[in-house]
Amino acid sequence: MSMIQPAELVGQTGTVVRSHVVKKILKNPLGLASVIVIVFMIALAVLANVLAPFDPNFANIGKTLAGGDTVNLLGTDSVGRDVWSRLVFGARTTLLSALLCAAVAIVIGLPSGLVAGYYAGKFDGVANWVVNVLMALPGIIVLLTVRAALGPSVWISMVAFGILMAPGYFRLTRTAVQSVRNELYVDAARVAGLGDTAIISRHIFSVVRAPIIIQTAVICGVAIAIQSGLEFLGLGDPSVATWGVMLNEGFKNIYLSPLLLLWPALAIGLTIGALVLLGNAIRDALEDAEKIKAPRRGSGTAQETLAATRHLPGRTSPAAVEAGTEHHLVKVSHLGVGYPQADGSIKKVVDDVSFHVDRGEVLGIVGESGSGKSQTAFSILGLLPDSARIVAGSIQFDGKFTVAPTDDRVSQARLGGYRGKRISYIPQEPMSNLDPAFTIGYQLVTPMVRVLKISKAEARKRALKLLDDVGIRFPEKTFNAYPHEVSGGMAQRVLIAGAISCEPDLIIADEPTTALDVTVQADVLDLIRDLQKRLGVGVILVTHNFGVVADLCDRVAVMQNGRLVEDGDVREILRNPKDPYTQKLLGSMLEDKEPMTMLVSGGMGAAQAAARDDDPDAKEMAL
Amino acid sequence: MTATEVHGAGARLLTVSGLDVEYPLKGFRRKPFRALTDINISIKPGETLGLVGESGSGKTTLGRAVLGLAPVTRGTITFAGQDISHAGRQERRKLGKDLQVVFQDPYTSLNPSLQIGDILAEPLKVQGQDPATARKRVKELLDQVGLPVDAVDRLPREFSGGQRQRVAIARALALSPKLIVCDEPVSALDLSTQAVVLDLFLQIQRDTGVSYLFVSHDLDVVRHISHRVAVMYHGEIVEQGPASTVTRSPEHPYTQRLLLASPVPDPDRQAKRRDERHRLLAAQRLQEASGIPA
Repeated sequence: MSMIQPAELVGQTGTVVRSHVVKKILKNPLGLASVIVIVFMIALAVLANVLAPFDPNFANIGKTLAGGDTVNLLGTDSVGRDVWSRLVFGARTTLLSALLCAAVAIVIGLPSGLVAGYYAGKFDGVANWVVNVLMALPGIIVLLTVRAALGPSVWISMVAFGILMAPGYFRLTRTAVQSVRNELYVDAARVAGLGDTAIISRHIFSVVRAPIIIQTAVICGVAIAIQSGLEFLGLGDPSVATWGVMLNEGFKNIYLSPLLLLWPALAIGLTIGALVLLGNAIRDALEDAEKIKAPRRGSGTAQETLAATRHLPGRTSPAAVEAGTEHHLVKVSHLGVGYPQADGSIKKVVDDVSFHVDRGEVLGIVGESGSGKSQTAFSILGLLPDSARIVAGSIQFDGKFTVAPTDDRVSQARLGGYRGKRISYIPQEPMSNLDPAFTIGYQLVTPMVRVLKISKAEARKRALKLLDDVGIRFPEKTFNAYPHEVSGGMAQRVLIAGAISCEPDLIIADEPTTALDVTVQADVLDLIRDLQKRLGVGVILVTHNFGVVADLCDRVAVMQNGRLVEDGDVREILRNPKDPYTQKLLGSMLEDKEPMTMLVSGGMGAAQAAARDDDPDAKEMAL
Repeated sequence: MTATEVHGAGARLLTVSGLDVEYPLKGFRRKPFRALTDINISIKPGETLGLVGESGSGKTTLGRAVLGLAPVTRGTITFAGQDISHAGRQERRKLGKDLQVVFQDPYTSLNPSLQIGDILAEPLKVQGQDPATARKRVKELLDQVGLPVDAVDRLPREFSGGQRQRVAIARALALSPKLIVCDEPVSALDLSTQAVVLDLFLQIQRDTGVSYLFVSHDLDVVRHISHRVAVMYHGEIVEQGPASTVTRSPEHPYTQRLLLASPVPDPDRQAKRRDERHRLLAAQRLQEASGIPA
């Protein structure tokens, strides 16, 4: 079991650190502030009976528009009502009515959205039509009409506003449900015989929960704003104390007692602001990755130990590579790649990897998912994510450093001159690497015009020639086609044409045939072999398939858990593997095995073997 | 719908005869999309039928039709003597006990917000088992697929791909079914994990006598695990028979191409196979050109 090895400082070290959603909200200063404000307002509303010395409508005619004193903390209004008491009871009415609005919107929008999203069909059509009509209605005018027809009650207008807000919930729910309706776990539940109600409540409701909470925070804020706005215009119920009614009262007496306007305005502003910020904080906590401060290479304890033990060939003059290695096309020395974590540690995904590739040579990097093979390839290309750090080692291309021994990142300035021109890339997923909005021809021509500085017409001629070279039967037709109009194998040929278009010295192919059918894979391998021979380029082929390695590679490097366990000539490695891990991988190949026999467990039960096996991708997934 | 006894199907667990699957396309009076044409297969108790073909050949659709997740346009599917071509929700619930599924992608086939224990207990609850019995069975299942007992309280994201696939297998085994439809169950797994999971499938079949309809694009995998193999191409079955015959000396041109296309892990043998493939392709092109039906 790789994870229970003694804690050596080799291979992939460090763990992924995650914190809880609530903790994340409270850690965010804006989130914390908004939570405090909202909790304070709720406390006011709940404890109104205790906190308020007077009834909100108790009028002391003898003491109007008074300033604050020990009896009336914030003074009194134009009919002698206590402002503090009204503010506190106003909090209760205002917050409750906002909740009512949100509740009405949820009760209507959520179930209809669930049903429309899950079943689609006729209900979906009708519901969408109704929603479109509702959204087209001008909200304020509808509310004015409702007030005219049904009277000035806060509750009635908030119910009406809730209905107007329901489409937001409907659309949100419907989209979320549609995205999981065809997930395999929903299919599995159907096969198990679960009813629709059970499927919706168990498997589908959980996806809409988070967006609904965020939406509700925002809707409550909007409801308070709209309600206060109506009441400010004098359309509220004057017999009920709300912040909006107080605002209206304060505005009437703005010259006599300006403070009367301040208190409700402050309460409204703070509450709405806090609700919106809370919504944002929840979204950030759920969706965004944590912001992590990365220590620079050569600082901090983890690096010090590394730096001390590390051999630094280029420390005196970082621009010069080790003598005698200039002739290698690419040389990777003692490379380490890591991701800084929230607790300041570094999760290493590549550790002490060294290899080289010469011109006209094909090197295969083999490993399972999470072995660091793609991270290694990406550090040569300079395509690592922003958060990645080079924690050790160097990379040189054609006798010059692209990553000098002291760099903690890949220098984009140095690589920019090589990438596309001298180093090119064949990706794993052909379809997702072509932009669906542009024709294939455009995507081939543009880089050539940029990199080779040739005219469009000449680039077009070259592109057609390239498409012909990669075995596409009707180059003209494919040139004018959009990516969705060609098959996966064809798209991969187009990308290979793109990769060789600027006459590179090195091609990095990351699992170039994994997404293709076996018969298409064989064709694409033939193509890569022919082109490599003809152009004499160096190729780094990242793959998990030993068959592909045997087909193309001159030399092989086997990676496990971020380390290079074995490298050498392809025949030597495939026929006489020295490292137990390589032996295990080759032993897992099905070719030449007696059918219906156990592959790894031998005499013992498969379950026991499974229990002993610990998948290396357990750590990789967490990334 | 009444259960109809199909004559002569006593020894067969699953019989699919003359099956067509069509998906209606949007647009007035457009011809529906034909995914499967005239499929005839059968599986005996304790037997594995391997289904191999390229993407878009309809092999997954056939598995889904058996499970009631794809529409049956023509033909019949008979399971344990009962016609299930158009089984309703109630019938499917009863069928859930005997007919189960393991999907390709272990990352989306488990609900990310449910604990492993709840995922495994779900089919048991549907069949009306009480919570205590279900808990006991869940522990047995975890043991059977080689996962630790404390997995019960953990979420799918805390497991690797291979471990998740073992959870999916445990879910399929929960009710001791007679047939499990395995839809590319090892395609998303690493090589060494694939070996472990294939061992697990074989061990379970030895222990419980379950039948598999094993769908895969990989001829090597299908050869390893199947008693009989059916090859699909463009929605039809072009060849079927004993695994050793179909996967070692195939008759249909497509199967021949498929066999020679999968690379072997030795440079020299692979070079030989590559040449054989090029010769075969040339010969097939010649045959096609001269109009001899392939």
